[in-house]
Amino acid sequence: MKSESNPSQWEEFDLVLAPARGWVPVQLRQLWEYRELLFFFVWRDVKVRYKQTILGAAWAILQPVFTMVVFSLFFGRLAKVPSDGLPYPIFAYAALVPWAFFSQGLIQAADSLVGSANLIKKVFFPRLLVPLAGVLAGIVDFCFAFVVLLGMMVYFHVWPTVNVLLLPAFLLLALVTALGVGLWLSALNVQFRDVRHTLNFVIQAWLFATPIAYPSSLLPEPWRSVYGLNPMAGVVEGFRWALLGAPPPGAMIWVSALAAIGILVSGAFYFSRMEKTFADTV
Amino acid sequence: MSNLAIRVDNVGKRFRIGVKEEQYRSLRTALTDAVTAPFRRAAAVMQGRASQASDEEIWALRNISFEIKKGEVVGIIGGNGAGKSTLLKILSRITEPSEGRIGINGRVGSLLEVGTGFHAELTGRENIHLNGAILGMRRAEIARKFDEIIAFAELDKFLDTPVKHYSSGMYMRLAFAVAAHLETEILIVDEVLAVGDAAFQKKCLGKMNTVAKAGRTVLFVSHNMGAIMQLCTKAIILDQGRLRNQGPCREVTKEYLASMVRQDKMDLRNEKRRSGDGRLRFVAAYLRDEKGERTELPVAGHAVDVVLEFEAQEELTQVQFMLTIFNHVGVAVTHCNMDAEGKRFRVPAGRGHVTCRIPKLPLPHGQYKISAVAADHIERLDSVPTACAFDVESSDFYTTSFMPAIEHSTALVEHSWSFSRPNGQH
Repeated sequence: MKSESNPSQWEEFDLVLAPARGWVPVQLRQLWEYRELLFFFVWRDVKVRYKQTILGAAWAILQPVFTMVVFSLFFGRLAKVPSDGLPYPIFAYAALVPWAFFSQGLIQAADSLVGSANLIKKVFFPRLLVPLAGVLAGIVDFCFAFVVLLGMMVYFHVWPTVNVLLLPAFLLLALVTALGVGLWLSALNVQFRDVRHTLNFVIQAWLFATPIAYPSSLLPEPWRSVYGLNPMAGVVEGFRWALLGAPPPGAMIWVSALAAIGILVSGAFYFSRMEKTFADTV
Repeated sequence: MSNLAIRVDNVGKRFRIGVKEEQYRSLRTALTDAVTAPFRRAAAVMQGRASQASDEEIWALRNISFEIKKGEVVGIIGGNGAGKSTLLKILSRITEPSEGRIGINGRVGSLLEVGTGFHAELTGRENIHLNGAILGMRRAEIARKFDEIIAFAELDKFLDTPVKHYSSGMYMRLAFAVAAHLETEILIVDEVLAVGDAAFQKKCLGKMNTVAKAGRTVLFVSHNMGAIMQLCTKAIILDQGRLRNQGPCREVTKEYLASMVRQDKMDLRNEKRRSGDGRLRFVAAYLRDEKGERTELPVAGHAVDVVLEFEAQEELTQVQFMLTIFNHVGVAVTHCNMDAEGKRFRVPAGRGHVTCRIPKLPLPHGQYKISAVAADHIERLDSVPTACAFDVESSDFYTTSFMPAIEHSTALVEHSWSFSRPNGQH
């Protein structure tokens, strides 16, 4: 029954499946082919997120607003933390909006594969779509929270400069960071459920390691640039600069961009390497 | 262009038992493993157990080779754990083979489960779109077939109701309707016909038939041998991860059924899961059909004998036998007990057997197992929780081709209806 395995004999097939060893390339073309499914995953996540809640989409606003109130009271009023000359509430909120997008995206992405275990065991599609959709669905929440930010700017009479055109770039940076870390964590979570338990702690630590409650201008150069290794530092300072006219982030933003790309590329490769085992382990 | 749709060459799939059973490891165990592994390996080498890795692994599939031509409809047959699902998962690209190579020509659509990816909070309409996309349909394709899908599911009134409010029958109908409209060159189907009521099952089978006749390549796993014989041109038998036979459907299925009968006489002498004082022990349990031939596929509505063979150590005066039939979800469907007739047997030492006749098997299509107990006075002699297992073939129990929905019945009961007006009216 055994047929001779000569390689030319396999050329007639559109697709050849064989065990892969070690590192494999990230299948970007395949991702593109499945873009419609990505759309449906995002659409589903957005639709389902606030079903059967009383406040519905208001949750997207309440979370950052509530944190802003707490920060304003304790850091702004009591601790008198400097805020680059801006009113403290808007200083904190302009950072909390991208932060909420990042942390929500990260939480969604990290749990996404385990949450879709049934799908992964029964249907083939590029697994990368799952964490990607988790992060992308957060853009809707971001938009709601952003409208409140615009309202606050009117209230505090803070007007954006022409730099506001760069705002999408900073949002993209937050997305790349969330996706990069999300890819690492979601793939690790398939094998080690410890990820789930460490995630809250990691996000909390990361929140304070990012200049949200305080300005990064507290640090002198070159330390401020080194601080950019936390990509969210670049995102947050970028938001404040583009929207509120805070001091420009300088070299820090380039460090952040490089760090984010590094995390994304390494995450994508690790994910692709582990991808083939997901259906067996999840 | 080749006329082959699929070539499978020497494919195997290995599972690490630990991975499969534990499901996932904690980081701590992984770290301790990583640290202690070199020491353990060194210890193993010193004790002469060099190849210790292999006994932690099982091969769910090994040395599987076959070819499927375009347009062939192939049935895959085998008992539980034969590796059918693993094979389908590999062909669907859900999991990767551990060895060997597979070539595929054409787009593959796979239905390993009905309703994969349905979301309870979304409406029927939304789920059609979502599920279609998950199965690999393009958005335009779904939109084009939308009306057809609703018509097939017969659910147009509930289209905008969240599916969590659907009955399980409605849910299955919608799910199958979406799946049935998947138009890929190669279709891989795992046991999805066993859903819904009889009328809908018939409709599904009809749809599968059209698909099969339309010249598409179909791989089809089912426990329903009738469906396999009706739909398939070719069959492949898997047995404990090996390919045992392949060829024309009719011949292969016939051979398979015959071999099942030979196998079904389970030897209970080595059964560990049992209790009782052992003065009498069951040695075998099996079913016999009306013609007195052993079977593992009894037919609903026909007479069946359950035979319990035993060995007694001494003469026993008041032996009582009983058995319970459990369905696939572990529900005790019925209990046959000699108390029902007030009987006891006097059993001499040595071998013997008792027969329990069920004149009209009242079980719907499905998988069952029997537990057997023997007692003397009130002393338990032997009790075997799984004495034998069998599948019931669906049949025309009511002789009118009516079959109650699976979700409505765990047993079939003969019944009749009558109508009468209140007194004095015409």
